[in-house]
Amino acid sequence: MTAPEFALKIEGLNKTFGDFHALDNINLEIKPGEFVVFVGPSGCGKSTLLRIIAGLEHASNGDITIAGRRANDVEPSKRDIAMVFQSYALYPHLDVRGNLSLGLKQAKKPRPFIEAQVLKAAKMLALEELLHRRPSELSGGQRQRVAIGRALVREPQLFLLDEPLSNLDAALRANTRLEIARLHRQTGKTMIYVTHDQIEAMTLADKIVVMNKGRIEQIGSPMELYRRPLNTFVASFIGSPQMNLVPGSKIGLKDVSLVGIRPEHLTISADDGPIQGAVSHVEHLGADANVYVDVADIGLIVARVAGDVEARPGETIRFDMRPDLVHYFDEQARRIN
Amino acid sequence: MSRPPSSLIRGIGAHIALAGYTAIALFPVAVIVINAFKSRAAIFSEPLMPPTAKSFSLIGFETISSRGDFLSYFVNSATVTGVSLALILLFGAMAAFALSEYRFRGNALIALYVALGIMIPIRLGTVAILQMMVNGGLVNNLLALILVYTAQGLPLSVFILTEFMRQISADLKDAGRIDGLSEYKIFFTLVLPLVRPAIATVAVFTMIPIWNDLWFPLILAPAEQTKTITLGAQVFIGQFVTDWNAVLAALTLAIVPVLILYLLFSRQLVRGLTAGAVK
Repeated sequence: MTAPEFALKIEGLNKTFGDFHALDNINLEIKPGEFVVFVGPSGCGKSTLLRIIAGLEHASNGDITIAGRRANDVEPSKRDIAMVFQSYALYPHLDVRGNLSLGLKQAKKPRPFIEAQVLKAAKMLALEELLHRRPSELSGGQRQRVAIGRALVREPQLFLLDEPLSNLDAALRANTRLEIARLHRQTGKTMIYVTHDQIEAMTLADKIVVMNKGRIEQIGSPMELYRRPLNTFVASFIGSPQMNLVPGSKIGLKDVSLVGIRPEHLTISADDGPIQGAVSHVEHLGADANVYVDVADIGLIVARVAGDVEARPGETIRFDMRPDLVHYFDEQARRIN
Repeated sequence: MSRPPSSLIRGIGAHIALAGYTAIALFPVAVIVINAFKSRAAIFSEPLMPPTAKSFSLIGFETISSRGDFLSYFVNSATVTGVSLALILLFGAMAAFALSEYRFRGNALIALYVALGIMIPIRLGTVAILQMMVNGGLVNNLLALILVYTAQGLPLSVFILTEFMRQISADLKDAGRIDGLSEYKIFFTLVLPLVRPAIATVAVFTMIPIWNDLWFPLILAPAEQTKTITLGAQVFIGQFVTDWNAVLAALTLAIVPVLILYLLFSRQLVRGLTAGAVK
C-alpha cells in the first residue's frame, strides 16, 4: 500500500442546524505530517468541523476522506483518529493506566502491546509515576498530559486537538504549547488543532485555516497569512496588536477603500510623516511599546515601536510607513495589492 | 469562632426549628416502636412511656411469629419494592439518557409528557387499572403491583435523572465514542456512575411510598399469598377488637428494611465520585 497523498481531504462539506448554516462549502486538503490549526472567533464553526472530522457529528453533505479512505459513514473509533478535549474528559472511574489503555482494549489489541504502548506514552509525557492515580488526584497540567497520552497510545493517522490549552493557566499554557510542538516533531503525525487564540495558531502551525461564520477565509502558512492576508478579517485576526484599518480617502489614496497598516510597520518620523495625532496612551512592554494615537478624522491608531520611546499622552506625534508593507483592500474588504 | 451575634442567633433559631421538625416527624415512629415492646395494658395506661421491666412484653412479636404467613408478607413486600425499584431506576435512567443525550424529533414533547406523570396521581386511574389487570389475569399476582409501581415511579425518576445527565460533560461521552465504547457501555460505565448520587435520591423517594402503600395491594392483590406487609398488618385491626400489640410489632418490623435501604442509599447520596473528572 502506498502512502495516501493526503492525510485528510474534505470536499464540499456543509453542515446546517435547522436554518443555521454552521459550515458552508468547506474544502480542505491536509498532507501527512502537517500541523494544521483551525482558528477563528467563537461560533465560527471550527469545533463543529473538528467534530465532523472525528465522526461525532454528521455532515449535512460533502465528503471526508481520511488517509485515502472515505470516512463519512465510519464510526469515530474506526476512523484511525484520536482526540484531545478541552475539558480533558478523562474517565473518572479509571486510573491513569486505565485511561490510557481503554481505547486499545476496546480495539482488542494484545495485552503486551497495550502495556508497551502505555509505557511508551507515559515515558514521553513523564507520567510514569502517576499511572496508579485517579484523575481526581491529578493537577490540571497532569490531566492534560494524560489526555494527550490517551491520544498518543493509539498511534492514529490523525490527532484532533480541541482547544487543549484553554483550561490551563498562562505559564502552563506556554509549556504545554512547547510540549505539543515537540510531540509533533517526535511522532511526525498529522495534527489538527482548534483554537481561538491567534498566538497558539502562529506558534504551532505549519498551516493555518482561518474561519469565520462557517466559511474558510484563508488557508496558508503563518507568515503567508501575516504578510498577505486575503481580506480584512484575516488581516485583523492575525497579528497582535490588531492591524490598523484606515479609510484610503483619509490618507490620500482615492482608489483604495481601506488601507491596512500593522502597528509594527509604523515608525516615528521626525517631521513629515503622513499620519499625525495626539498620543492617548502608551503601553510599555519592555522590549517594545504600544503607542495609541488619536488621529483626526480616522480615530485610534496603534503603533508598536521600540521600548525606549518617550511619548507622553497629549503629545503630538508623527508616523511614517513603508509603502511595501501596507495592505490595500477594496469595498468588499478583499485584498487588491 | 468569632461570628457576629446576629448569625449566632440565626444559627440557634435554625437548629431549634429543625430540632422541632425532627421531633414532630419522629414522634409517631417512636410511639409505634416504644409500644410494640409493651403489654397491652401498658400501651393504654401510659402510651408515651418507654417499656419498663414491668411493662416489657414481646407478645406482639409472638403473635406475629405464630402466624406463619407473616414471613411471606414480608417477602412479598420486599419482592415488589425491590423489583419495582430496580425497574424504575433502570428504565428511568435509560430514558433519561436518551432524552438528555440524543437530538431527535419530539424529544422535548416526550420529556414534557413524561413529566406530566409527576403531577397526575396514578390512583385516579385505579378503576381502569383494575379492569386492565382483571382482563390480563394479573389480579392477585405480584406482577400487577410491580407494573403499577414501576409506572408510578418512572416520571419522577426520568425527570430528575434527565436533569442530572444533562450536566455530564459531553466531551466525556465523546471520548468514550472515540475510544470505541458502545452507547450501552458509555451509559453503564461512564454515565451511570457519575449520576449515582441522583440515582440514590430517586431510589429513596420512590422506595418509601411503594413499601408503605396500602391502596394497590388492597385492590389488586389482597389474596393471602400475595399480601404485602402493610396489608398483612391490617388483619390485626378488626371492626370491634384490634390487637394493638401485633399491629405495632408488625409496623415496627416493617420499618427495619426501609431503614436499612435508606442508610445504604444515603451513603451514596453523600459520596461524590465526580470530583475532578472533568476540568
